[in-house]
Amino acid sequence: MAGASGIGGRGDHHFDRRNLDWYIDRAVQALVFLGGISAIVFIIGIFVFITKEGMGFLLETVDFQEFFTSPYWYPSDEDAPEYGILALIAGTASVTGLAMVVAIPFSLGAAIFIAEFADGRLREWLKILVELLAAIPSVVWGFVGLTIMNPLIIDLFDVPVGLNVLNAGIILGLMAAPIMTSIAEDALKAVPDRYREAAEALGATRWQVIFRTVLPAAKNGLLGAVLLGVGRGFGETMAVLMATGHAVNLPTSVFDSVRALTATIAAELGETAVGSDHYQALFTIGIFLFLITFLINLTADLIVRGIRKS
Amino acid sequence: MVTEIPPAPSLPKGGEAPLKLEIRDLSIGYGGRTVLGGVNLGIHEHEIFGIIGPANAGKTSFLKSINRMDMFDPDMRVEGDILFNGRDVRQWRNVYALRSRIGVVFPLPVGLPMSIYDNVALSPRLKGVREKAELDVIVERCLTRAALWDEVKDRLHSLGSLLSGGQQQRLTIARALSQEPELLMLDEFSIAVDPVTTMRIEDVLKELKQEMTIILVTNLVQQARRLADRTAFFLEGACVEIADTEDLFTGRTRDSRTRDYVEGRFG
Repeated sequence: MAGASGIGGRGDHHFDRRNLDWYIDRAVQALVFLGGISAIVFIIGIFVFITKEGMGFLLETVDFQEFFTSPYWYPSDEDAPEYGILALIAGTASVTGLAMVVAIPFSLGAAIFIAEFADGRLREWLKILVELLAAIPSVVWGFVGLTIMNPLIIDLFDVPVGLNVLNAGIILGLMAAPIMTSIAEDALKAVPDRYREAAEALGATRWQVIFRTVLPAAKNGLLGAVLLGVGRGFGETMAVLMATGHAVNLPTSVFDSVRALTATIAAELGETAVGSDHYQALFTIGIFLFLITFLINLTADLIVRGIRKS
Repeated sequence: MVTEIPPAPSLPKGGEAPLKLEIRDLSIGYGGRTVLGGVNLGIHEHEIFGIIGPANAGKTSFLKSINRMDMFDPDMRVEGDILFNGRDVRQWRNVYALRSRIGVVFPLPVGLPMSIYDNVALSPRLKGVREKAELDVIVERCLTRAALWDEVKDRLHSLGSLLSGGQQQRLTIARALSQEPELLMLDEFSIAVDPVTTMRIEDVLKELKQEMTIILVTNLVQQARRLADRTAFFLEGACVEIADTEDLFTGRTRDSRTRDYVEGRFG
């Protein structure tokens, strides 16, 4: 009946009002927009902040070459403080590297089992368990490193200190494994069943199906999972602080104590004078970490997105 | 090897070649629901055996039970005897060896996410063929026989999954041929293939018959007429009739439903 007077005609005036629904719609749109934009704003804000705090130091006090290539980190020496982060980079890299050696077989194995072999209830329970493992706070892992791994390593390998690359690498590997498992499992599940059926019909065994068909088809997602694990390793602070021994040292074996970039910031920032060289040096480490984790995560994201598209 | 042929709805004329596959009292169900029951039939060596029938007649389940693909479906229940070369397929201790002797072509082409060459070389490699020269020969032979060689010989190392639908289906057939199967099962292979390619594949199948036994499940009644020596009509979970294809299409059917279906009055 309303249309009888024609679209836009006088009869439609009565309906053309901005009612409550219209305003709610507008308000929700604005809120969602703010929420979405805020993530970007905050990231840029953080980057600007740490850059501002650290840049003065990088540009004026110390040259890049010394900062990145000197293994001497003695920021609180009153006469001649030294700011070289090579040992810290080596600490983070060695711990992360070992963590990946631990985490890749664990997470890949778990993902293959959950995606390809477990079914029904077992599969659901395992997935829940993996997600629970991913939610364990890092300080708890650090506690495990300090109180369980430390004496264990001293006993097993007959070394004086159990807080070292080995300890932190294992702890970090176990920490990173659940999230890597989760993502790797998603990647395996994204491989269409018709590939498996086709390979099975050829007479391939379960293992041959997985090794020759499923894993190659999922390789991008698996690589993304590993990179996210690496990103996690670089960024992890508390567990690494507790398990590495926190000694500035270029490691020559897994039994050497080291110090990580992140742990250095966490341990020292509270004791520095705002604006001092030491303070700014810590922020410079922050910039470096930010860039590295950003790059790793971006690469991982692009790789994972790549498989979704194809 | 085979002692007796069970009473099938229609006995094949002659019984010239030995039986490649013999089905006795086959019944297939999912959970409590039976999708196919009371199937008795024998398929001879070097025969193209057609299976026609509307959707949900149990045709695909039938094929799955033969190469033991039911193992991956915990709900699927298979009863009765499925004798492949006179031995029940469920007595094979190495099911992978059984599957490697049976080629399958699925309704939708499956180009595995690897190169064209690797797709065809996969099965020989699984069997332990390592020599590049030997693999080259197999790949060329199988692609040629699947009528695909000329189109892909210059890009054997590009991705198989990037080929067109019709090409992928011929790739799938080439892959199945690389198994050197004794039995080739095609499940509505022409669904995603254009008519010209379909005719080319059909010509290939007529030649392959010299070397292997072929089961052709098809939703195209005329395709069965063109290719099959004998044809079975499946309807609503039962094998209604098995007859020489010529008889089936010239009105000499035992069951009026078969004639109605063949003549396009339903389904």
